[in-house]
Amino acid sequence: MAQETENVIEIRDLCYSRGQRQIFDHLDIDIQRGKVTAIMGPSGTGKTTLLRLITGQLVPDRGTIIVDGDDVSKLNRTGLYRMRRKIGMLFQNGALLTDYSVFENVAFPLREHTDLPDRLIRHIVLTKLHAVGLRGAVNLMPSELSGGMARRVALARAMVMDPEILIYDEPFVGLDPISMGVIVRLVRRMNDILGISSIVVSHDVQEISTVADVSYLIADGKVVASGSPEELSGEPSELVKQFMHGMADGPVPFHYPAPDYAEQLLGREGD
Amino acid sequence: MLRELAYFVGGFLQTFGQLHLFFLRLLVGVPRTLWRRFRLVVDQVHNAGALSMPIIVTSAFFVGGVLALQGYDNLSRFGSEDALGVLVALSLITELGPVVTALLFSGRAGTALASEIGLMRATDQLSAMEMMAVDPVRRVVMPRFLGGVIAMPLLAGIFSAIGIFGAYMVGVVLMGVDYGAFWSQMQESVEISDVLQGVLKSVVFGIAASLLAVFEGYNAIPTAEGVGRATTRTVVISSIAVLVLDFMITAAMM
Repeated sequence: MAQETENVIEIRDLCYSRGQRQIFDHLDIDIQRGKVTAIMGPSGTGKTTLLRLITGQLVPDRGTIIVDGDDVSKLNRTGLYRMRRKIGMLFQNGALLTDYSVFENVAFPLREHTDLPDRLIRHIVLTKLHAVGLRGAVNLMPSELSGGMARRVALARAMVMDPEILIYDEPFVGLDPISMGVIVRLVRRMNDILGISSIVVSHDVQEISTVADVSYLIADGKVVASGSPEELSGEPSELVKQFMHGMADGPVPFHYPAPDYAEQLLGREGD
Repeated sequence: MLRELAYFVGGFLQTFGQLHLFFLRLLVGVPRTLWRRFRLVVDQVHNAGALSMPIIVTSAFFVGGVLALQGYDNLSRFGSEDALGVLVALSLITELGPVVTALLFSGRAGTALASEIGLMRATDQLSAMEMMAVDPVRRVVMPRFLGGVIAMPLLAGIFSAIGIFGAYMVGVVLMGVDYGAFWSQMQESVEISDVLQGVLKSVVFGIAASLLAVFEGYNAIPTAEGVGRATTRTVVISSIAVLVLDFMITAAMM
């Protein structure tokens, strides 16, 4: 049994590259127990990749990732699956199983991992759906749900095994302000009521500031700033300023690297 | 040129090896799946089998009818129309039944399997299962594979039966071949070994077509284009595989 350390996830000296591109370059991150931690960064900085590394879907080139006392890269398949039962994950689009109703989607992990009687499963599923406010949608199919509802069902499903860690991958993308407010509130509430640790990957600075206890800003494979939302917006670094205030140009250039403009128009760029 | 060829062959061998590893992984899980997830397998037999019935039955009837027409035309030149029953039964049971069923099966059920699994990957459903500590190969791929393997011989049997019925309708009812000769010659000349050959073929084709479909779907590139390509490849590769395997089995059993 892992002892109760202060950090539920510790990432040390993490390096990862895909092809020629170095995505993480000696990255260090701590996720504190019982807190909501935000991981922010411009698009393409590998935030989703980081989640896949944490959950063992990808293997790092170097460095260690300790989740609740276990080194993820040293776990075999069985160990990995045991570790994942402690983690609930919410995918960007919900990733509900399209063949099954809302009820069966939420019941899915229970049916796969337990031999609970149907009545008890029904009870648990309804409780979780009630927590996300969708008890009335229990018989709908995923295709009948709006984007925000699908994400709430996915949240109910992620919670159904009572995980210790909840991971949200871009939970606010493409939602209207009301749905977004609902999700923001749910993230906070679930974290506090259930006493779990949450990781939210996002680039919605405004929303994330209202919910996160600690934020990490990642760019160029490194942590460029970390701390509470207030600390981050007070950060003097140009890059942090650009990101937090949404400026079009800055250290992250507006232009994708390109040959000289005139040369390219004349069709004479190097071959 | 030579280098491209080397790459091509290398890539082919790599995929071929992956396919076999995948097959082994599936084989290892067969007993467990039949024991623990029997319900899912039954559902998939329904999906791959029962839902393919319309196309199988219609095609079989007309294939049988055409065989009877062609056979009657040729046999009557030698005055041996009475042998029509044998001709039709043997061609259907040993050859056309398994082969045409497998081709139709890969077009109807194989593509459905490949695109379904491919789309599940594209929409993160497979990743979500992995995150819920559920192995998608066991939960999604295995039941579909087994469903196809079980359904295929049954469909081939139905194909042959309906084909013979179609030939009877055309040969006996329409063209006037003798009723007694049609059936009794068939009964005398068709050996159990012929039937077994047909069954063996349909089992092998069922394994090949189902395996290729789930393999292509599971390894599809998770985009709309990738899923489309996986579906196409399923039909093309399964059809070639079925025809090549058919030749090999027939030659081996001569």
